[in-house]
Amino acid sequence: MDINPIVIFFASISTSNIVLTNFLGMCSYLSISRDLKASWGLGQAVIFVMTTTTMLNFLVYKYILVPAGLEYLRYIVFIIIVAAFVQLIEMILERYMTNLYYALGIFLPLITVNCAILGVALFMVIREYTFLQSLAYGAGGGIGWALAIVALAGIREKVDETKIPKGLQGAGFALIVTGIMAMAFIGLSGIANIQ
Amino acid sequence: MAVLTTTTIITAIGVFLAGLLTLAERFLLNYGICKIVVNGEKTYEIKGGNHLLGSLQQHDIFIPSACGGRGTCGLCKVAVLEGGGPLLPTETPYLTAEEIENHFRLSCQVRVRNDLNILIPEELFSIREYHAKVIRIKDLTYDTKYLSLGLAEGETVDFVAGQYIQLMIPTYGKVKEEVYRAYSVASPQTLKTQIDLIIRRVPQGISTTYVFDYLKEGDSITFNGPYGDFFLRDNSREIIYIAGGSGLGPIKSMLHKMAEEGIDRKATFFFGCVSGKDLYFVDEMKEFEDRVPKFKFVPALSNPEANDGWQGETGLITEVVDRHIKEDGEYEAYLCGSPGMIDASIKVLKSKGIPEEHIFFDKF
Repeated sequence: MDINPIVIFFASISTSNIVLTNFLGMCSYLSISRDLKASWGLGQAVIFVMTTTTMLNFLVYKYILVPAGLEYLRYIVFIIIVAAFVQLIEMILERYMTNLYYALGIFLPLITVNCAILGVALFMVIREYTFLQSLAYGAGGGIGWALAIVALAGIREKVDETKIPKGLQGAGFALIVTGIMAMAFIGLSGIANIQ
Repeated sequence: MAVLTTTTIITAIGVFLAGLLTLAERFLLNYGICKIVVNGEKTYEIKGGNHLLGSLQQHDIFIPSACGGRGTCGLCKVAVLEGGGPLLPTETPYLTAEEIENHFRLSCQVRVRNDLNILIPEELFSIREYHAKVIRIKDLTYDTKYLSLGLAEGETVDFVAGQYIQLMIPTYGKVKEEVYRAYSVASPQTLKTQIDLIIRRVPQGISTTYVFDYLKEGDSITFNGPYGDFFLRDNSREIIYIAGGSGLGPIKSMLHKMAEEGIDRKATFFFGCVSGKDLYFVDEMKEFEDRVPKFKFVPALSNPEANDGWQGETGLITEVVDRHIKEDGEYEAYLCGSPGMIDASIKVLKSKGIPEEHIFFDKF
């Protein structure tokens, strides 16, 4: 598994985008993408949480869980670490970026249960990444998620001005757009591929 | 051995993260001392980080709040001119466009993070805290109690019949935080050294559990008030009182007022209960029929049991009201009870042609 971390970084933004190829992190992806500003805020939060927790999870996994033979506990440990970090970020936002804190509201704690974050940590283990590879994968995954949600929010804001059939409004339309976006991202597969 | 290492490692990770969060909370959520300027006159220094409602309470400024700061009653409005931050989605349902224009906020939702400049309506300053002793606790039914509180020596309380107070429930058992709950005063407004409350048990309720299972005669208790604009208007319209369960309290206080002042407006009190075991104060209400010139008491059971031997009105209170009042009469209605009962009653009253501005209510 000696893929260049830079390749992993770009692949996880584009061709291996965590939302568009793995369909992880869908709940907040669908519910926050109505508003461009809020989605960018959440995207930033996810980038930060994903990068930091992937690093932390890697260190804890490699230097604590593996030597102690406790790999089977990784689900629990990863989740606790993510939960604690999200709490920390909530406090930081409340203090220094109050507007963003209010804009995200209830959705910030939702990052705790954002499966994309746990997904990235688990893929890192399955694919036996090194520290640098994990860092690239975490940061790329976060940026990819943010890119996808901001793109969707941009499209939804434009589409809001048009008439959509009643049955397709909201999540229905968002999922169709996501599907088309996922196909478009496959077009980038010549750039980098890790799977 | 393996079990021990596993436990140790998991605990160590947990402790580390908990410690990190505690430290972060200490340093990040410490807003220091914030200055709150009230009505451009007084300045209070308050430790930041808490909600405005509670922070003001610490300085004996009592803003009415029936829900105890949960953001569900919409009563704790104050104007925040500076430093309140953006309006929250939790507040907008309770504020009119005009109030938003005038910077009104729900004080239970605004956090004190920096210096604030606020406006509090003058009349709220007459609200203060009282210390009292429980004189008597009497069972009215299997789930309703009559609580009499005597004020400390030399203290008196001025309220208008129909208003409510907020009882402070101290920490007890598993409840680790003081809470305030609103109860209407059932005693006459002329009795200034004592207030009586009718309290019905709410299963698992923090406040009612305290009153039913912990509070004893002779105990000290704190309350603040009085609050509310649910009181008798001065005119000659015929009065319709409608109450369910413990909603009888403020109506009883209003009837005392009518008896004492000899108000001879025509009045009918519809009191709705489920069955005979929920009914109380029937004799007292009958007594009011003698003391208040043109008063009639109409108790109604929605589901009387066989052994109640019930002779009176049966049916939902809305049906009974519907049967008794005329179309397009000159009525004024005072309602006290659960939101469901009040909403249904307002519908009936409106269908009888009573305009909304003649309907007053106290929902709990």
